[in-house]
Amino acid sequence: MRPHPATTNTPPTVTNTTVHRVEVRTSNDQSDPLATSIGTQARRFSGLGSCQAVRTARVYLIEAPLGPDDLDRIAGELLADPVTQEVIVGSAASPTGDATIEVHYQPGVMDPVAQSTQDAIVEMLPGVEGSQVSVRTGQRYDLTFSSGTAAGDEVLRGFAEAALANPVIHDIHLGAYWPKRFPQGGAYALRVVHVPIRELDEDGLARLSRDGHLFLNPDEMCAIQDHYRQLDRDPTDAELETLAQTWSEHCVHKTLKATIRYTQAGQTGASTTPGPSDWADRPGHTLNADGSVTIENLLKSTIAAATRRLMEEDASQGRRWCVSVFEDNAGIVQFDDHDAVCIKVETHNHPSAIEPYGGAATGIGGCIRDIMGTGLAARPIANTDTFCVAPPGRDAAEVPEGVLHPRRVLGQVVAGVRDYGNRMGIPTINGAVWFHEDYLANPLVFAGCVGVMPLDKCFGNAEPGDRIIVLGGRTGRDGIHGATFSSAELTDTHTDEFAHAVQIGNAITQKKTLDVILQARDHVEGPLYRAITDCGAGGFSSAVGEMGETVGARVTLETAPLKYEGLSYTEIWISEAQERMVLAVPSEQVAKLRALCESEDVDMCDLGEFGAADGGGGPELILMYKGTEVGRLSMDLLHHGLPTPTRRARWSPTTRPSSGPPTTRAARQSNTIAETLYALLGHPNIASKHWIIEQYDHEVQGSSVLKPLVGPDQQGPGDAAVIRPKLDSSRGVAIACGLQTGLGEDAVVPGQGDSYWMALAAIDEAVRNCVCVGGDPERIAILDNFCWPGCDDPSQLGKLVRAAQACYDGAIAYRTPFISGKDSLNNQFTTESGELITIPPTLLISALAIVADTNQCVSMDAKSAGNVLLIVGQTTPKLAGSHYQMVARDRTIEPDIPRVDLDLGPRTAVAVAGLIADGLVASAHDCSDGGLLVGAAEMAFAGRLGLDLDLNAVPREGNEVLDPVAACFAETPSRYLLEVAPDRVEAAADALRQAGVLFAKIGTFADHERVTVRLGEHGQVLDEPIDKLCDAWRAPLDW
Amino acid sequence: MKPVALIIRTAGTNCDRELAHAFELAGADPVTVHLNKLIEEPTQIERAGLIGVPGGFSYGDDIAAGRILANRLRHRLLGPLRVAIERGAAVIGICNGFQVLVKLGLLPDPTGEGEATEASQTVTLTDNTRGRFVAKWVGLEVPTDTVCVWTRGLGRFDLPIAHGEGRFVTASQQVLEQFDFNGQVALRYASSDLLGLGEDGVSGLGFNPNGSVGDIAGICDPSGRVLGLMPHPERYTDLTHHPLWTRTVAPTRAGEASAGLKLFHNAVEYARQLSCKHSNGRA
Repeated sequence: MRPHPATTNTPPTVTNTTVHRVEVRTSNDQSDPLATSIGTQARRFSGLGSCQAVRTARVYLIEAPLGPDDLDRIAGELLADPVTQEVIVGSAASPTGDATIEVHYQPGVMDPVAQSTQDAIVEMLPGVEGSQVSVRTGQRYDLTFSSGTAAGDEVLRGFAEAALANPVIHDIHLGAYWPKRFPQGGAYALRVVHVPIRELDEDGLARLSRDGHLFLNPDEMCAIQDHYRQLDRDPTDAELETLAQTWSEHCVHKTLKATIRYTQAGQTGASTTPGPSDWADRPGHTLNADGSVTIENLLKSTIAAATRRLMEEDASQGRRWCVSVFEDNAGIVQFDDHDAVCIKVETHNHPSAIEPYGGAATGIGGCIRDIMGTGLAARPIANTDTFCVAPPGRDAAEVPEGVLHPRRVLGQVVAGVRDYGNRMGIPTINGAVWFHEDYLANPLVFAGCVGVMPLDKCFGNAEPGDRIIVLGGRTGRDGIHGATFSSAELTDTHTDEFAHAVQIGNAITQKKTLDVILQARDHVEGPLYRAITDCGAGGFSSAVGEMGETVGARVTLETAPLKYEGLSYTEIWISEAQERMVLAVPSEQVAKLRALCESEDVDMCDLGEFGAADGGGGPELILMYKGTEVGRLSMDLLHHGLPTPTRRARWSPTTRPSSGPPTTRAARQSNTIAETLYALLGHPNIASKHWIIEQYDHEVQGSSVLKPLVGPDQQGPGDAAVIRPKLDSSRGVAIACGLQTGLGEDAVVPGQGDSYWMALAAIDEAVRNCVCVGGDPERIAILDNFCWPGCDDPSQLGKLVRAAQACYDGAIAYRTPFISGKDSLNNQFTTESGELITIPPTLLISALAIVADTNQCVSMDAKSAGNVLLIVGQTTPKLAGSHYQMVARDRTIEPDIPRVDLDLGPRTAVAVAGLIADGLVASAHDCSDGGLLVGAAEMAFAGRLGLDLDLNAVPREGNEVLDPVAACFAETPSRYLLEVAPDRVEAAADALRQAGVLFAKIGTFADHERVTVRLGEHGQVLDEPIDKLCDAWRAPLDW
Repeated sequence: MKPVALIIRTAGTNCDRELAHAFELAGADPVTVHLNKLIEEPTQIERAGLIGVPGGFSYGDDIAAGRILANRLRHRLLGPLRVAIERGAAVIGICNGFQVLVKLGLLPDPTGEGEATEASQTVTLTDNTRGRFVAKWVGLEVPTDTVCVWTRGLGRFDLPIAHGEGRFVTASQQVLEQFDFNGQVALRYASSDLLGLGEDGVSGLGFNPNGSVGDIAGICDPSGRVLGLMPHPERYTDLTHHPLWTRTVAPTRAGEASAGLKLFHNAVEYARQLSCKHSNGRA
């Protein structure tokens, strides 16, 4: 095919320009889904109502010495599809009355398509060198108006910002963009910068911390100042930056590792609310005379202490399951006799708030690198994603300055995870979405990754003399100050100030790097390297600083391959450019590794050498740039110099009336059971997430056993996904999560919640999800991800302490070790008018369970008419914090949240797992968000079966009375719904009785495709068709 | 002797491991080779009785899905690949591999005159009608008159799809009719009772998940040896891969092969017979 003649084929005035322009668009006879979708959005946009049609074109700007034939060939053979597209060399003229908007990446922003195009052009044209070709891409939108007149520039620009571009990474042009030349970075001339810190006063230190984007507190700034006063010199900028990165909340978790004095108002010995006296005998805890408790290193004394205790108990029985916990980039547990599995969950909240697509993509990309950098590298086998966002229905005008609309945020974070995970070929198999108004300015993006690795490759250590080898992406200015930025509180000006902290990923660069690393790890002569880690927050500074902690390192910064010229030594050192891994390679192996990299088109550089010591023999970090020393830091200061002042934490339980007999509750029945059920199924937390799930390739790698959606129409929300990490083995892992934000303080109604019970409920939920699919309750490892508001506020820190204590109790009770975790604090936003929006305290528990035989797995869709539905576990009438409370706005609810019973919960989990292992269960479902009736209805419509329920027998605590609302919608933890064939009910019942677990037969599946509910004196309270219930569940997020 | 199955991978290929596993289960001897290596040693192609181009995002699917890998193969390896096909090697391109085979010009007809040029590309795979990536299981049907050695006799079955650019388009109605006439349609999207995909599908979109013309999910060359398909047979080689395996009774599953694996069995059996013929011929 010959390209169409260009309508404007003369480049702009200057004659010696070498920038060529090519436009590729869909032929008129083909559909253009992108154009259709943008047309719809335009017509909804104020001022663009008369937009009649949109056409889109991909724009390629090619700076290269090309002849006209070359350009035609590139256009025809490479850039356009001959069947569905047409191509224009030059710029198509816009008809009068049309408007043209073009969106181009800003210079320096990662543009993977441009890179690939550049390489492809070089391969096509013999004699053209890579250095002669430079490509940039953009997107053109032509809008036609029924009025015949284009909208004004301001409206067009507003629309472009709202729907087509993010000014943080894009330039918007109203017209075709055809530059004469691409801007070139200037060469960098070395100038060593010393920061005069010694003479600064308190204000000066504070200003330096803030203006330099160091985000260090006064104590930390003083510690640095003292150190340099002792050294009798000022630090270089690189040294100061290294300290700021390494000491950032993001990297070192200084709040969770701090000493905390926790005071609880009104705690007495007999209180039913856990407090200091319950925790006094824990490691690192000291009870003070005033009733407060001092906790040394909160993380180590609660979450990690539980794991240590469980590992010691295992060891005393001659067992070992946990391989590496809280040490490496991910936690590692044993999978079978030969292999281990590892898991890590990260958050990428602040970048996702400013640029959701890039933020989420690099969030999952970074977590995948954690897995690649665990031990001697693991192979990623699954991803997870959980999002917390504001409800998407909000009016655009109500969104504060500096904040993106929640619908856009959700759409783009999903796209970011999708594009990175799918391109890497890692199935995204589990997740959740939680909606709450207060996530408006601080959306949370949790990204997780699971890996598999040989048991004998779980550890590595750099040795003196090893080369510091960097694989993968080149270094640019992207992501500078990401670590310190993510540790700060957001304000309305952050979008402008921290645009440089935003990163755009290139998943293929990372996939290639992974391909090389796995071959180097499994090399016939043994691994070609001794240690590996990823370049995450802090870039080289954190990676080399961590790997060289005990041996020291000497770095030659000018050897790093750069994306463009002009980077200073400090920028190279702290850049968070993506897709880079750092390896410690014995010098005799470097050549082999280089050959491997060349064979797979992966960039590799030798950044220096591990091993450097000061006069006293202490390990040192020495930074060189072209022969000049630009930094010299003691590893001891870097890793052990952070001051840890005691922090204050406080918590006051709200006085809670004891729950009396609910005699007055008849008054609450303003909504019928049916109305409430429909509202709950349609609540976005509960509603189907198929819109998200179907965009993720959850079956790549061929390991899928249980998918995120199950049942005949794939219309059942599975409790956990199950995969087989090794294709020739039927052993599997189940991946699940627990998130019970509604039970936290203030999340639903002020004063009702308690993060202690919230955390336990999340652990219980994660365990239940694993058990329901056939996971072994004795082999569940869990992870904590705290996302909290600023913890300088003692009351927020108090909530954090309570959640951490619950993690200790939960881990011990369920025998589920925490093996890794991460926290993101300071999730709050100050608006232009000074209003502070804090997120609800959020704890995501992720769980990985071993499945001994995946052939025994059970899904949640009902299987067969005539089968019986059992409820296992007891129901209480406590409704505070529940989804019922969120949808019904019922003022009669007593302020009691449900509590996990730490004896009954684990016992029930083990009993249910036993029934599943014995093959007695046809389907199992976690009775959770929305309560019993929501769970039962989901089982029925997932299996396309009817269900007749009689809730009179639902087991309850003591002689509590359950009214219909509580019976149907209470979210009491530790409950399971099990479908059992009639001839197996007796066996199941015997086993449950033996385990001392309450249960009851509450219904029978039927062929009639309706869900009916009877409840004692209330008679029939529900009779609804499953199709209608399913539609209510599927519709809200069917985007 | 096990026939050698050559799997070609490159930057962004990501379904090569499970493809190798499927070939192995079906009785072949899989060898996975990076494109760069293959360009250095094209003789590896000569030994292969089976050739697979796996799914993934070769070169990120930048510009268009499969485009850059197709161009690289066309510039470097088109000759040896054509020779292999003429010799009788059975070739499969799955998902991204299908996109590559089409854009490279090995489908719909690898014997095209001279070096395949863009002008000879009469079919393509482009954006799904809904404009976004979709991963789900679909129902499929093999036309009874297909000449495809891979799908022959498989009837109706289910497989997963996972793609954003899977809409099969022909340059003209004529091209489509020619496929029917030649028996080159290897696989069509179809209703599936098991998946609950009727004529109108779950969400009223029908059983055709991407808007492909003629519900075409896969085509082969006129010889039937070169197959390109969007669904992933290598993801259905174990009975627990099927989304509804938990609904079937365990005992009936024993010994039964999954539909995806049967497709590989077909080709491996074909390759084995071919190599027997060759050795007999020589004898």
